[in-house]
Amino acid sequence: MRGPVAWWNDPWRPPRILVAVTVGYLAWSLIPVLIAVIFSFNDGRSRTVWQGFSTRWYFGDATKSVWHDAALHTALLQTLKLGVITTLITVPLGVMFAIGIDRWRGRLPAGANMLMLVSFVLPEVLLAVALLFVVTSLPLPIKLGTGAQVLGLVTFQIAYPAVLVRARLATIGTQYEEAAMDLGASPLAALRRVTLPMLLPAIFASTVLVFADVIDDFVLVRYLSGNSSTEPVSVKIYNTARAAPTPALNALATLLLFAALLAITVGYLIYRRMTRGDNSAGGGIAAFAGEA
Amino acid sequence: MTLTEGAAQAKPRSTRVRGSALGPVLAAPGVIWLLLFFLGPLYVVLAIVFGRTDPIFRTAIPVWNPLQWNPSQFNYVLSRIVGTQGIFGPALLRTALYVLAAGLLCLLLAFPVAYYTARLSGRWKGLLLALLIAPFWISYMMRMLAWVNLLQDDGLVNRLFSMGGIFDVRVHWLTGQPVVVVLGLVYGYVAYMILPLYAGLDRLPQSTLEAARDLGASRFASFWRVTLPMCRPTIVAAVLLTCLPMLGDYFTSDMLSASPKTAMVGNLINDSVQSPGQTGQAGALVMLVLLVAVVPMFYYVRVTARGDTAS
Repeated sequence: MRGPVAWWNDPWRPPRILVAVTVGYLAWSLIPVLIAVIFSFNDGRSRTVWQGFSTRWYFGDATKSVWHDAALHTALLQTLKLGVITTLITVPLGVMFAIGIDRWRGRLPAGANMLMLVSFVLPEVLLAVALLFVVTSLPLPIKLGTGAQVLGLVTFQIAYPAVLVRARLATIGTQYEEAAMDLGASPLAALRRVTLPMLLPAIFASTVLVFADVIDDFVLVRYLSGNSSTEPVSVKIYNTARAAPTPALNALATLLLFAALLAITVGYLIYRRMTRGDNSAGGGIAAFAGEA
Repeated sequence: MTLTEGAAQAKPRSTRVRGSALGPVLAAPGVIWLLLFFLGPLYVVLAIVFGRTDPIFRTAIPVWNPLQWNPSQFNYVLSRIVGTQGIFGPALLRTALYVLAAGLLCLLLAFPVAYYTARLSGRWKGLLLALLIAPFWISYMMRMLAWVNLLQDDGLVNRLFSMGGIFDVRVHWLTGQPVVVVLGLVYGYVAYMILPLYAGLDRLPQSTLEAARDLGASRFASFWRVTLPMCRPTIVAAVLLTCLPMLGDYFTSDMLSASPKTAMVGNLINDSVQSPGQTGQAGALVMLVLLVAVVPMFYYVRVTARGDTAS
């Protein structure tokens, strides 16, 4: 039986400080959200004192629950609407952009590529204010509201599928497409029948990620919303968080959390199935999120 | 036409993938979109900042011809930064301090976590990664709402410090406390730092690090003299990726401390965008932030683009 000193100085010991910091960070990061989710099931009106379990804030309460309060479920619908429309536009645009930039040599595509990467580090408020100026001072057919919000969101999100698809293209290489063209296919046919099917996992992953990112967006959708009917959930939370809201706000946020979680989980499982047996896919959740 | 029929009628054609005409055609919609909705709006901002204000409705009138630009609104903002009328100065200084402090704290927190996850976590790596990526899919607003709930006067943080009634702690965390705002920024943005650090640390060659230990370096020395220099570009990229978006943050300060004592430049922009007659001011502040951020932004893009083509 070793003594405590020997256990402390064991040369094969795990990195205790790093483990402690990591576990501490994860707790600090996730427990507040867990508490907010738990309090969405609170029986009373308090968000800080537990008064029993109930689902009144989801559908029970006749006036204030998410199901019955028109303002709250309008926000939820607007969020989902923005998510779907933006994803439908962004993903094809971004994928085509990535494939095109990959095959086009020159200054213009290099410049466009840099512009796209800039949108990763640009503070969102700058783009939001710029687009607000565009919509309010130019006689465009787009007014503030869902249209303007979609415009801003697509611009901000286009980098996501572009980067994921480019990374995947770099991994695949040009060998398969060139083999197809050596066998007589036109460049377009080779793209359609060889490269696109190989890109499907990356395209799928970027679809899921763009959706999850758009439903959480705040700055762009707030400046570009017309009236309160086009304000999504994030803006509702911002407006009411400090004004003594009921746990219905927690419930709204929890519903959105579950929507995002569902999309990500289902997406990740399908992605794993799509890339089974494919060693170059990088494997696992890191490749899915574009970080590997 | 199937591939075999095509082979039978093979004509000489450009079989190079790169350099075919397909590239520009495919990229065109995306390029046009970026030009129209990314660069275009920036020009509109310039036109408004250097434009005029309608005297009756106090709306901004953009002036499109650069030769007719009127720099008075921009000069107004610049003159209000330092000196006796320096109303914008404190917010700008505060932004720099908060972002610096938050960036440093993020790095101190993110590096150990990323290092552990990338190199030492073994069979827990997948689970840890999933938990580390989770904040990306949890709305920023929800995470701030969670902390607003906890930091209420009767919230869990005060009750924790009261330790079940021994003390009576009733700190007003949510009214103008810079520490709360900085910690809020750290809470919100640290996830953006962990993942690039993880990706970079994951790629470090284990053999080089082991060689340092084999040649006699202590654990601290091999970390300081081998590991850190090797991952310096990753650290720079991660810090830029995290701190640059923080420059435009206004909602953290608004939610965690709705007080002008902790206003950042994002709050200045937010307040002036929504006030009639101050649209030009908002645009000028946007330009100011852009000017400050443009060099780090392009540096970041160069670092990542080079990494892109090198891999």
